[in-house]
Amino acid sequence: MSLTISLPSVLARLTDGQRALQATGTTVGEAVSDLTSRFPALSPRLVDDRGEPYPFVSYYLNDEDIRFGGGFGASVRDGDEIIIVSAVAGG
Amino acid sequence: MTTTTLDIAGPSARGAAPIVAALPLICTNCGSRFDAEPTAICLQCLGPLVPEYDATRTLPDRNTIGRRAPSLWRYREWLPFTGSPTLSLDSGFTPLVESPALARRLGVARVWVKNDAVSHPTLSFKDRVVSTAINAAHAFGLDVIGCASTGNLANAVAAHAARAGLEAWIFIPHDLEPAKVLGTSVFGPKLVRVRGTYDDVNRLCAQVADSFGWGLVNVNLRAYYGEGSKTMAFEIIEQLGWRAPTAIVAPMAGGALVTKLHRGFREFSEAELFDGALPRIHGAQAAGCAPIVRLVERGAGRIEPEIPSTVARSLAIGNPADGLTAARAITETNGWAAKVSDSELVEGIRLLAETTGIFAETAGGVTVAAAQQLARAGRLRPDDDVVLCITGNGLKTLDAVAGSLPEAPVIAPRLSAVAALVEATANP
Repeated sequence: MSLTISLPSVLARLTDGQRALQATGTTVGEAVSDLTSRFPALSPRLVDDRGEPYPFVSYYLNDEDIRFGGGFGASVRDGDEIIIVSAVAGG
Repeated sequence: MTTTTLDIAGPSARGAAPIVAALPLICTNCGSRFDAEPTAICLQCLGPLVPEYDATRTLPDRNTIGRRAPSLWRYREWLPFTGSPTLSLDSGFTPLVESPALARRLGVARVWVKNDAVSHPTLSFKDRVVSTAINAAHAFGLDVIGCASTGNLANAVAAHAARAGLEAWIFIPHDLEPAKVLGTSVFGPKLVRVRGTYDDVNRLCAQVADSFGWGLVNVNLRAYYGEGSKTMAFEIIEQLGWRAPTAIVAPMAGGALVTKLHRGFREFSEAELFDGALPRIHGAQAAGCAPIVRLVERGAGRIEPEIPSTVARSLAIGNPADGLTAARAITETNGWAAKVSDSELVEGIRLLAETTGIFAETAGGVTVAAAQQLARAGRLRPDDDVVLCITGNGLKTLDAVAGSLPEAPVIAPRLSAVAALVEATANP
């Protein structure tokens, strides 16, 4: 599956300025692994030591918080969009 | 009596060089330091930034503070600026009202209500945080401010922006209470209703702040915005005669208020402005959206987000950004957290009104009902001095109580009709 991952600007400095990147995989976690394999500096800012989402970012699959849909195990389809934003916002 | 000159920093201020500067920032997670800028995220670890105060700055004593104007700026040494803030100088210093009747109902020694339901100018504690955020926006030369809001913040950003002559972009859930929508629109902002919950709005605003260069007060100006909440703690200490209560009960949405109350009490303790222990901080949420309460009950771990379902819309944040730090503030002060049903919160609104003459919005009902629950559980004790933080005005959430109140009788304009009513009241 090919999909788009959108990054916040604070992480785009680790991807040569790119904020919208293509990735492949059958789950959110696989797509994130595909991305971090190409941009290793992103890895500690997207995934924690236990392989779970890094606590200071939130992941949305087609606008839905992935924590309501299986986390990194959530299935993805061709053309899906994963949006990653800072978790430090609001209130 | 003090007066405010609205054009002191109105449109003419937009082109003028600011005479206020924002403090530099430090990451609460990794300790990295950054120059002052409109960002709330650490470039190194993505953790939350807070202003870094000069530890050697001269702090005022009680008498000096006491001689200053009655606004939140009387505590300016603990607010994140150098120079002279010029915007929103007249918010804060709301009443602290003692209620022996409410103390009797709760079974505690004394109860005070910190009444931000009459906050100037928009009747909620959000006037405090917008007062600091808008001065940060001015320091950074931003012409547009905005927010993601459950309602009260929308009111405050719209009003404070209007008086400062700034453009405002305000994003709210599409189905917010009409009073909060109208109470925002009247100030003339760009008001946008987003299909979804507050958490959807908040996610969108994180992207907006990242794309348009605006100052969204609770997104990229968040480090400065949050500091305004500390002033509620400062005022409580001063208004109690420079002492702390033994316990405090405050509502929790994103968790920032409880987090900053804790910080405020700590800062005044470190400045030796009061003696003794910090108050036990108790947090309150509606059962239909209680991710912070459930984290406190679990004792450890991460926030588990929820999809809100409660009439307490101002607390309906299912993914609270400061949930973890709020839970820490509660446990570090030996406090606790309570969640109440929607019917209990309506009863809480009525109890507060009938014992204090204060009409609170739904969040206030949550606070009062949570205090009752905490008292029943022995978390509030008979010798406690308790402060309840009432953060918003009941006139904004009339629908919540409308169905719970008796209908007033309609009578003919005759004395005999009144006499019949009096007799019926005496002999129900």
